[in-house]
Parts: sequence; structure tokens; C-alpha cells
Amino acid sequence: MPDLLDIRNLRIEATSYPPDGPPRDVVLVDDVSVSVAKGRVLGLIGESGAGKSTIGLSAMAYGRGGVRLTGGQVLLNGRDIRGLGAAGLRELRGREVTYVAQSAAAAFNPAQRLMEQVIETSLTHGLMGRAEAEARAVGLFRKLGLPNPETFGNRYPHQVSGGQLQRAMTAMALCPKPDLVIFDEPTTALDVTTQIDVLAAIKDAIRDTGVAALYITHDLAVVAQVADDILVLRHGKKVEYGTVAEIITAPKEAYTQALVSVRSIDHVEKGEAPSVLSIQQVTARYRGTNFDVLKNVTLDLPAGQTLAVVGESGSGKSTLARVITGLLPPGRGKIVFGGRTLSPDLQSRTKDDLRELQMIYQMADVAMNPRQTVGTIIGRPLEFYFGLKGEAKRRRVQELLDQIEMGKGYIDRYPAELSGGQKQRVCIARALAAKPKLIICDEVTSALDPLVADGILKLLLNLQAQEHVAYLFITHDLATVKAIADRIAVMYRGEVVRYGTKTDVLTPPFDDYTDLLLSSVPEMELGWLESVLAHRKMESAGN
Amino acid sequence: MRRIPLSALIGLFFTGLFLFTALFAQWIAPYPLDAVLGKVWEPPSEQFLLGTDTIGRDILSRLIYGGQITIFVALVSSLLSFGLGSFLGFLAAVRGGWVDQVLSRVVDLVMAIPSLIVALVVLSVLPINLTVLILVMGLLDSTRVFRLSRAVAMDIAVMDYVEAAKLRGEGQMWVIFREILPNALSPLVAEFGLRFIFAVLFISTLSFLGLGIQPPLADWGGMVKENKDGLVYGKAAALMPALAIAALAISVNLVADWVLSRTSSLKGGRGA
Repeated sequence: MPDLLDIRNLRIEATSYPPDGPPRDVVLVDDVSVSVAKGRVLGLIGESGAGKSTIGLSAMAYGRGGVRLTGGQVLLNGRDIRGLGAAGLRELRGREVTYVAQSAAAAFNPAQRLMEQVIETSLTHGLMGRAEAEARAVGLFRKLGLPNPETFGNRYPHQVSGGQLQRAMTAMALCPKPDLVIFDEPTTALDVTTQIDVLAAIKDAIRDTGVAALYITHDLAVVAQVADDILVLRHGKKVEYGTVAEIITAPKEAYTQALVSVRSIDHVEKGEAPSVLSIQQVTARYRGTNFDVLKNVTLDLPAGQTLAVVGESGSGKSTLARVITGLLPPGRGKIVFGGRTLSPDLQSRTKDDLRELQMIYQMADVAMNPRQTVGTIIGRPLEFYFGLKGEAKRRRVQELLDQIEMGKGYIDRYPAELSGGQKQRVCIARALAAKPKLIICDEVTSALDPLVADGILKLLLNLQAQEHVAYLFITHDLATVKAIADRIAVMYRGEVVRYGTKTDVLTPPFDDYTDLLLSSVPEMELGWLESVLAHRKMESAGN
Repeated sequence: MRRIPLSALIGLFFTGLFLFTALFAQWIAPYPLDAVLGKVWEPPSEQFLLGTDTIGRDILSRLIYGGQITIFVALVSSLLSFGLGSFLGFLAAVRGGWVDQVLSRVVDLVMAIPSLIVALVVLSVLPINLTVLILVMGLLDSTRVFRLSRAVAMDIAVMDYVEAAKLRGEGQMWVIFREILPNALSPLVAEFGLRFIFAVLFISTLSFLGLGIQPPLADWGGMVKENKDGLVYGKAAALMPALAIAALAISVNLVADWVLSRTSSLKGGRGA
């Protein structure tokens, strides 16, 4: 029996319009062959720009904005879907192939109840009657572990959590009984503790319905839990293709090996040191609300060390950064920085206070003015704090660029001409230019591909050794924490539930929340998902 | 640079032509502005290419001189409204709080009354000369620019790079002129084209009603007014300045549309 999906020598091109120069064709996917049998799950893995989503969408003969299939074949149930006309594709999509997008919040129509949207495809294709479709949807809700499956469909998208919405979209994809479902990074936007539930739900649903699936992600540890086979992609080309066990335990290609061994930074925890930042019983709320986002937070950060603040979205960790920087004056409590008490609001802080406390953001894209060159971006703090001008400023900018391992030729470029990792490096240089005592790093690696993020973390550690700068490292990613922290604070709903040196925090006995958080981080081994779920003490917040 | 669409090319050509004739009116116009040369409402001839007006002056010459005044007044008042409106709009967005409240409510108040009526009332009290005209038009139009630039700056002011500048301790002027202005420029430039055309129509309306440019100076709106009686006798003299207004409006709009589509496709701040 032939495979359900058989992609042969696929080649996909698109037309690119560079700001300077004529339009030209770029090859997004080159000579990729892959097949999925009924009931199997294929994981497509790679960095952003590797072509994994493009291949996924080609299985329903769809190309985003000007993307064209220019070579090879895509055989679904034995026929080449490239030859199907518009009507043929309409029949195919939603009946034989369905799709689960990354951001469920953006994919649902906020003005319609969930049930209408979940059964819509089945009704428009005439696959079943309304009553039958609704019954099937309720069954899927139950299978996916959604609360109150009978009435869940009556809710609107904004009335359910992000994790539940992602599961509802999975139900939507499975409802018309397709042969193949494409999962495009379905858990990437979720918190770790929620991700694990969604992952388990998707895995069970795939197994129970016997559907075949393409699972697209950049996280090898995640795909190892759900897939049977893995295709590793880079720059639109196949790197390695094999079963999960082969890829995880015995990767052959250097690139795959790097992916498997990522986050292997070895960082020895530093000892006692005088504190540079001391947060004392800080309570804060946003104006016009009567809810404390931070409750009685007390933390201490020794000079030249790294304090990692860990928690899910909504735990108050970014608010903590706003309080320290003075963007949100605290309601109670005080902050001592470098031996002096910081004024609660930004306007009344001295220039030295501002200089010694720098910040690096999650999205380097929007943290740099797109109309300024790298030289201006890094040069401005030099001019502003130290009065450097002209040649002296340019020389210092070049020194900083060398420090962040970016050579000559970048100084006159605009942010749009840099890669994601380079942008984040420029932001680091801008912070470093002020010669700070403390840099607040707000999720600085979460928007980056694993290998690039690894490079950034290594750079931050090197810079800490050279410049003796302290980091307050805000993140939801525990692997990052393990890699670079000296001290860890675990935050949950505005409170610090656990705080201490890295060894203390990561050594049992754990409190319930820390246990849940630590156990939810996907590990790169087979059967991890099942073993974790069997040992759970606490329900995650997403339920 | 991508290909310029045909419509924008046409627009650019005619806009350029209008600006050129306005700039060099003194050398291009065949006759002086107010010389009586022929009979009343002569049809187009070799001597008078577009005929003569209500007291026998050459329409083409008056059209060229009138274009100079019309475009000058519209341009200067648009520049004024953009300078003032965008600065205050950025300020309101950056400062927020009571500054934003006061500025926005004042603007709401002014916008609540149709600007033509405000202008008519103000101009019937004040002495009418070019300075007063430009000031009145510029100030009234700056309320529209204020609303746009405030909205644009609001989006930019929440960007991390603006926050980074504030955390660095930068003053408000740096934030407005170095962080926000360069990123708000393209939508504002596109809007400028549209606002300029509104200013042309506005000054023409005022002149037609007799409260705009005063004789002996000529402008297009005033020329329509002078010659409108000829329409009853089937004389086309009043249509010439009307056509000029329409042609200028359309050609500037074609350019503005092109700039607008370029800038909106660049949303997200890609360098250009």
C-alpha cells in the first residue's frame, strides 16, 4: 500500500523584493523527499527560515504570499495534488488535510462561538449533519481533556485559556476525520506547564483517531515526544531523516548533533559577594487596578552574578523589571542599588543611576530604532553618558562591536540588515556601552533559534567575566536558567515561591509549583512525556 | 527602488508642471496679470490661448499667476499645519496625562465646528491679507494633523526603543525628534499630499466667497467667482480655473496614493 503522503524532490521558490536591486527568485525548499504512512507522525524540525512551515503547507498545496511549488511531486493518497485545480483543492483541504496553526488566539474568529468554528469544515464539506458533527466535537473535547466538554463549545474564544484554545483548534482539525493533520508549532506560544498538557492531548488524539500528522517545530525535545520519524531541515535542504530514536540517540550529521546537545553550557555557580541590587518587600500594582501584580517581593543580587527570575506568563516577572527600572513606581517597599536607595520613579533618578542600570529586551527588532544605524544605536549612550564624540566615539563603538563578536562593516548598517542573533548582540553592546553594574535581561533568548540563543548566552557569560556586570535574567525557560544562573527566584502569581542559590533551588525537596515547573521542561529522551504525567502533583494553571 | 506605477508617473509629471509654472510665472505668462487687452469674454484665439475674462484680461496669464498665489498659500499653510500639528501630536503622545488631555480636548473643540464656518467668522473680523489667511488656514488644518500624528506616535511610543531612550534618561525633544519623527515621517508625508490639496480647495472656496485672496491679486477661486456670470451666457471662462483646480487635485492625489501605498507596505519599520 502506498504511503498516505509522499513528497518527492520538492522544490519551492518565491520572489523576493530586496530594498535595493531588482526582484529575484529565491529557493526556499530544495530537493526534499519525505513520506508519511497512515497513522504515523513526522516531525519537521529546523530553525526559522529552514522551510519547515513551507513544506508543511505544501502538503495542502498552499503557498503563503507568492510562494510557488516549482518542482517535484506532492502525492496525497496516490495522486499529485499539484495538478488539482481550485475546485479540487477546495475538496482536498478540510476533507483530507487539515491544519493547526501556532497562534490559536489569532486563528479563531472572536465573534463566533467555538462550536460553530470547530464543526464548520465538516458542515461545509457535507461530511456529516449538524447533530453528528456536534456530537463528534464534544467527543473530541473530552478526548483532548477540555473542561465540561458538553458546554465547552458554547464559549467564545476569549473565554478560554491559551492552552484550551490550542486544544480546541486541534479538535477543529480532527473533526472532519482527515487523513492528515499539519501541526505548525502548536505549543510554541504556550507556557511550559501548559505546553505539556497540550502535547499530551495532541499525542493521545493522534493515537486514538489513527490520523497521520506532520508536526512542525523548532524544539527537538518537543518533537521527540510526539513524532515517529524526524526530518531535520536547514536552509531549505534535508540534513537528516530517520526515526526519533536514531535522531536523538545517534545523530549522524554535525548540525543535528549540535541541535541535540544544545544548552550544554557548563556554568559554575559563584560564591558569596556583596549585593548590588536589593529588592525589599516590594508590592506593586498598575494604575487604575486594585490587584497587586507583585506581592511583598524580596530579592538580593550579588555584584557580578546572575539572578534568574523564572515563572509563567502572568507571574509578575516582567513587572518586577518595570519596578526596578522606575517605569512603574512600587506601592510599598524599596530598592537599594549600588549602596543607595533608588528613587521610585524614573524622572527623579540621577544620570548615574540610569547609566548603571541597563536593559536588554526580548524582541531586538523593536528595541532598536529602525531608522538609526548600528553606530548611532551603540554610540548614543557613549555620547549621552560620557560625552564621547566623533572619532573617539566611533573607535569605542568598534571596540564594543568586537566585544560582541561582530566584526567591521556592521557599524553603518541598519537593524533591518542584521539577523536575529546579530540584532540581540547589538542590543547587548548598547547596554554594555553605558558601563553598567546591572543589566536586566527580559527574555532575551526566547525569540531566537536554539543554536543562536546558545551563542548569546555564552556571550553574556563571557562579558560577565570580563566586565563584572550583574544580570537580572527574566525567563520562562528553565534550560536557560540552568545554563547561566547563580541564584534563582521562582515566581508564581506575583509572589516569590522559592529563592536561593542555583543548587539550593534545583535540589529537592521542591514545593509543588517548582516541582511542576521543573518537570514540565521537555527533555530530549523518548517516553519522557508519559513518565512526567504519571508523577504529577499539581495541575497546571492552563486547566 | 521599485517600478513607479503609471498613475504615479502621470501625477508626478503634472504636479511638476504645476509647480514649475507657479515658480516661474513671471517668465512664462504671456501677458501681465491685470492688463486689459481685449474684449469681454473673447473665445480662445491665437492671441489669447484660453480667451479673455470678464473685463478682457488674458485668462492664461491670470491662470498662471493665480496658480502661483494658490499654490504658495496652500503650501505655506500646509507646512505650518504640519509643523505645528505634528509637533503637538507627538508631544501629546509622549507626555500623555494632562498635556494630552488639554491638547486633545482643545482640538476636539475646534474640530466640532466646521472649519469653513470658523474661517469665515474669523476672516470677517480680521484684516484680510496673505499672512492672516495662511495663519488661519494653517491653524485650522493643524487640528487634523494633530489627530493623525498623535495616533501614529502613540503606536511608536510604546515601542521598546522609545522605552530604552527614556530609561537612558533622554529628554522629550530627543524622543520626539530622533526616535519618533523618523519613524512617523512616511505616513505624514503621504498625508501632506492630501492635506495640501484640501488647502488648495479651501483657499479657492474662501476666495470664491470673497474672503480669500483680494484683488488685484488673482487666484483660481477668485477667478471662478469673477467669471461665473459668464456661464449663463455660455462662456467657458469660469471653467478654466475650475479645471486647473481639478487637475492639480487629481495629480497630487495620484502621487499621494503612491506614497501611501509604499509606506503602508513598509509597515513594521523596514529601513528604506
